[in-house]
Amino acid sequence: MNALIPLYVIVPLGTAFLTLILGRWLKDIGKYLIIPSMLFLLGLTLHYILQASPTSVYRVGGFADVMGIPVAIYLVTDGLASILLLIISLVGLLVALYSINYTKQYSAEEKYYALLSLMLAGMYGVVIAGDIFNLFVFLEIASIASYALVAFGIEKHQLEATFKYQILGGVSSLIILMAIGFIYWTTGTLNLADIANQLPDVKPYQMFVSVLLIGGFGLKAAMVPFHSWLPDAHSSAPSPISAMLSGVLIKAIGIYVIIRLFMNIFRINYEIALTITVLGTLSMIVGVFLAVGQWDFKRLLAYHSISQMGYVVLGIGIGMLVLATHGNEKVAMLSITGGLFHMLNHSIFKALLFLNAGSIEYRTGTRNLRKLGGLNARMPITSKSSFVASMAISGIPPFNGFFSKVIIILAAIQAGYYWLAFFAVVVSIITLASFTKVQKYAFQGEMPAGFDKVKESPFGMSLAMIILAVLCLAMSLLIIPGVRAVFLQPAVEVLLQATQYSTRVIGL
Amino acid sequence: MIPFVLCFVLFMVGLFGVIMLRNLIKIVIGLSIMEYSVYLFLILIGYIDGGTVPIISECFEQGPYVDPLPQALVLTAIVIGLATKALMLSVAIRLYKHYGTFDIREMNKLKG
Repeated sequence: MNALIPLYVIVPLGTAFLTLILGRWLKDIGKYLIIPSMLFLLGLTLHYILQASPTSVYRVGGFADVMGIPVAIYLVTDGLASILLLIISLVGLLVALYSINYTKQYSAEEKYYALLSLMLAGMYGVVIAGDIFNLFVFLEIASIASYALVAFGIEKHQLEATFKYQILGGVSSLIILMAIGFIYWTTGTLNLADIANQLPDVKPYQMFVSVLLIGGFGLKAAMVPFHSWLPDAHSSAPSPISAMLSGVLIKAIGIYVIIRLFMNIFRINYEIALTITVLGTLSMIVGVFLAVGQWDFKRLLAYHSISQMGYVVLGIGIGMLVLATHGNEKVAMLSITGGLFHMLNHSIFKALLFLNAGSIEYRTGTRNLRKLGGLNARMPITSKSSFVASMAISGIPPFNGFFSKVIIILAAIQAGYYWLAFFAVVVSIITLASFTKVQKYAFQGEMPAGFDKVKESPFGMSLAMIILAVLCLAMSLLIIPGVRAVFLQPAVEVLLQATQYSTRVIGL
Repeated sequence: MIPFVLCFVLFMVGLFGVIMLRNLIKIVIGLSIMEYSVYLFLILIGYIDGGTVPIISECFEQGPYVDPLPQALVLTAIVIGLATKALMLSVAIRLYKHYGTFDIREMNKLKG
């Protein structure tokens, strides 16, 4: 029993509520509320991680278990959840910091902060929910807030993107709800840990539910056959929100749930592991090929998000394949570590790249790479931080992206999947080419006429970008065994000891 | 078994609407139909032939109770559905103001 866990939902929900109530009289209240609350939650998360308590549970309402059956709503944090909590808090805080200057262009600033807090509350809720229906409710809270935020500027393309996003998001939510219905039908419980115990060992049934769940959460995570909404929604949204969507949302409500469900709740089986690996590989390859031809900076970044999430899913998928075929557990561990590490890294560098794009658009009014150029002299901070992020995403050595990609590729080779390793290397090279193009057209070369008055972005925006650029380098430290043992190892252990999730959660 | 099949048919009708129709409002209606079929499915899971209301009281007859939990789930899901639909329709109205039509073929600012 840990009474601090509900604060993850209470604090951002309270922030959203207070912002709307007080915002009628105090226009600026949103910015001053969201930053302290995010700082508090970041502190809480770091406290959890450093304290190294593997699993803790909060029962909402305080109902004790009846005859070993959990009746209360569980909120659970463990190693895997704390990585996601860290990502949400970190990127959320920096995005809020960036927004202080950026949202000056909007008339209803307090509504922006209220929606951002709501989205954060939803994502925190998904990560700590120990109950599949609560997971669904929080997922919907996060989705609805993100639908509204994508269209925050109410321009033509934003409305169009949000409508597409809403339709596909709505369909995916219904598929998920249907899967929840099937799970409840056969197991008679909604508690994740209890489902793991009660799930009947009938293969066709498990495959059917798995397919529904992969379809639903794959749509939320924009895996490749389901990716069509992502480039529109992520490129149309206001830039800090794009950073939030690409950096955090698709991980917290898509990838995280897939990992949790298929490694901790369902028994790992070969077919599902193969499906997940194939989806990851497809995302990785198709995403990067679609990204190469783009000239809209944010659209290019959105396609790269699909591709980079492919790496994460590939890492996890290889781990599942190795576990399913009873291969070497060390290889599975390496692979899953790589996947989770890349997830952490991607949230940092992709958030930074979207913030860079936002700064450029804020000062020059365009994000078309053909119309940009020569910003190196005019916007030094944006230019340097975007250089760091571009190198990190393409996997150039001292930066964090290199280490996670190398781990995934090494694991693929050790597991004997040489083709997957080859694809991962090729995709990484194409990514580098694509970001060289960005650097060349946006920051080098001739400055077009009319850019004489362009100057560096305001203080809050620059500060957020500098912190993220430093983090791009600092995250490389996670490769050192001692540091890795604190941050990544607990999460990997949760996934490797798949069957012990339920005993650990219910036993507390 | 027949109710479940009909439920599935309703789901497919809604999906057909979402995929094939070109009018924004009709797409939203299609999504609503899908949603209702899923609610119906959840209610059917908890249904028992001849079951009574799950309230233990002298005013109601005792006996096999229908499962109240899916009903609670559906109530929650309806509230969520309301929020989604409201937002979706308001976006559709905004789009109508911009384009003067509900036809999605006319809305092609985003390509590629």
